[in-house]
Amino acid sequence: MNWMKYKWLFFIISALVLIPGIVSLIIYGLRPAIDFTGGTLLEFQFKQEVEIQTHQEGGQGYKDIREILKEKDFEVSSIQSSGKGAILFRMKPITKEQAAIIKVALAEKFEEIPEEIRFETVGPTLGKELLVKTLAAIALAAGFILAYVGWRFKNAKFGICAILAMLHDSLILLGSFSLMGHFLGVEIDTLFVTAVLTILSLSVHDTVVVYDRIRESQRLLPDVPLEQLADKTITETLPRNVNNSLTIIFMLVALLLLGGVTIKWFVAALLIGTITGTYSSTFTAVPLLVVWEQLKSKKR
Amino acid sequence: MKKQGWLLWFIILITLISLLIDLCPSIDWQLGKSRFYRDLEIKKGIDLAGGAHLVFQADMTTVGKEDQDSALKAAAENIQRRVNLFGISEATVQTSQLGENHRLIVELPGVEDVSQAIDLIGQTAQLDFRELKPEASQSPPEVDRAAEAPPSAGAMLADYQPTGLTGKDLTRSQVQFNPNTGQPVVGLRFSDEGAQKFSAITQRNVGKPVAIFLDELPVTIPLVQEAITTGEAIISGEFTPKQAKKLSIQLNAGALPVSIEIIQQRNIGATLGIQSVQKSLQAGLIGLLMVVLFMAAYYGRLGILADMGLVVYGLVTLALYKLIPVTLTLPGVAGFLLSVGMAVDSNILVFERMKEEQRAGKPRKMAMELGFGRAWDSIRDANVCTLITCFILFNPFSWSFLNTSGMVRGFALTLGLGVLLSLFTGVVVTRTILMRTFTKEEKT
Repeated sequence: MNWMKYKWLFFIISALVLIPGIVSLIIYGLRPAIDFTGGTLLEFQFKQEVEIQTHQEGGQGYKDIREILKEKDFEVSSIQSSGKGAILFRMKPITKEQAAIIKVALAEKFEEIPEEIRFETVGPTLGKELLVKTLAAIALAAGFILAYVGWRFKNAKFGICAILAMLHDSLILLGSFSLMGHFLGVEIDTLFVTAVLTILSLSVHDTVVVYDRIRESQRLLPDVPLEQLADKTITETLPRNVNNSLTIIFMLVALLLLGGVTIKWFVAALLIGTITGTYSSTFTAVPLLVVWEQLKSKKR
Repeated sequence: MKKQGWLLWFIILITLISLLIDLCPSIDWQLGKSRFYRDLEIKKGIDLAGGAHLVFQADMTTVGKEDQDSALKAAAENIQRRVNLFGISEATVQTSQLGENHRLIVELPGVEDVSQAIDLIGQTAQLDFRELKPEASQSPPEVDRAAEAPPSAGAMLADYQPTGLTGKDLTRSQVQFNPNTGQPVVGLRFSDEGAQKFSAITQRNVGKPVAIFLDELPVTIPLVQEAITTGEAIISGEFTPKQAKKLSIQLNAGALPVSIEIIQQRNIGATLGIQSVQKSLQAGLIGLLMVVLFMAAYYGRLGILADMGLVVYGLVTLALYKLIPVTLTLPGVAGFLLSVGMAVDSNILVFERMKEEQRAGKPRKMAMELGFGRAWDSIRDANVCTLITCFILFNPFSWSFLNTSGMVRGFALTLGLGVLLSLFTGVVVTRTILMRTFTKEEKT
């Protein structure tokens, strides 16, 4: 099949996905979780479902809760419904005793003692530290992967294109979380960073398989131009890439739909990364290589 | 051919052993006099079992620089002792140091009343020396010289009265060795004021026990052999080096008290934990079923053979989790499921290669050999990056500039183990099963 005829189409598809995310990253940025900023996360579970459901942002019940907390001098940055009869508060760091005061206030209001299902407090210094550690981990992982790609291919062309494809995937992931952060209130926590690092390696994983194929064909058929080799390679590796990602996607979709609430966005990040990783290893990494080659031959 | 048969039996053996480990809740072997016991429950992290994750910052301003390590260790040991007394099993206390910050990380699985636990942990250690009340001194209790407080002393606790000598008067405690016998002993060094008090106490108690209490419970009750006026005392006994070390750490908790302050807290209600376990189990099973069906549908008989490899993979992984043991957290479960999705990757690579070789006109068995051989390079290279990332995330050497969060480590550990194991099951196991089937078919 003549895949390379459509290479600009592949780039346009990438751009269509990339640009909104990048714009959002510039305008809205990312929404850091209490892991990084310090703060308290407090979640209560009520038995009465219907009542609490109407307490979404803007609703009357929502304002009631905000009033109650204001009376007790708590500065709450967000109140969210987090499932059937569950309310999630985000605020500046508070102690366990203060959390108990909130619980009592809520119990008076709804005439039901809620169950405290989650209480997380991170001191502000700890948040800053984690940020530094996270950056160190990203730098280290990226450095290792770059070194590996460089050593593996011993060829700047392959190495740089593989890294560009990796950048493409991480930008899409960051961009989509910036958008989701703005519109759905999704936050960036330690687990998200873990997902990004995993996606970096998965992205390289697939690209390595495809590039290996191209180089093997180059050795076997030295006279065939790269563009034709690229077509051949894509036809050969596409079923493998798609099938392999499908099995991972099956697992992640099941986990996203049925798995625990606390790792929902972690799984979502892995899922987005797996899909873009599969796309980019075939439809970004290979066309990039071909374009590189064409630019080089034009210069001559 | 002989090698293949040997491998097949090896795989069957491993599978059976794993199956046994997966099904048994514990190992309990009686072999003559020695008894081998090993608990085989899967350890659940606090996000699955419910419980609390607490981080305390230790205030080191009153402790000299050279003693800070001992002080932190002593505080950790003391917290461990308290939570054990509180009846929390499987609590873990870790120390961590980052620059000038000394921290204690405490995990309390299954704890309901966290406030009480925090109060209990947050108290500064109280060490004091006590002597027998005059009326009780006629019959000194049996003295157990080991570091543990003798159970018989429990009834006598009321017989001891404070002497006014406390942890404040103790400068530090250290494990030393008796130069004559080479036996480990525990040395005590008192401050000037403490030396005077201790001298007075030992003078009036020669031949009698003096108990050392930590948080109102005795840690050791040595007999005074002679009056000690130098401010340097030695507790001797039939200590193993380990016991001596433990006792000296406990004494240091009183000698080098640090106040601690809570800076991070994560409580997970038990219901949320149980829900999470059920949900991830459900998700895992459905995902697994889809992968199995997909492989069978797309690759037919080859796919079913790969599925057999996947079953072996699942059994061995579960057994490893129980043996190591891996503390399973929600991200850890996600890491495992992700690795299942990736485990069939090597099979897919090989099968696609085989198809190509067959299309090129090679006979089936040769196509298979070539498929495995050629795909191996790609399989190996592709997995290296994932393993590197897992290594960085898991941070096995606890480098302080990297993350040590339990959740991230849980994910990295299960994913990394999964990738390594899938290299074995995806290549060795499937290959052996395939070989066997093909050879059999050719014979008939």
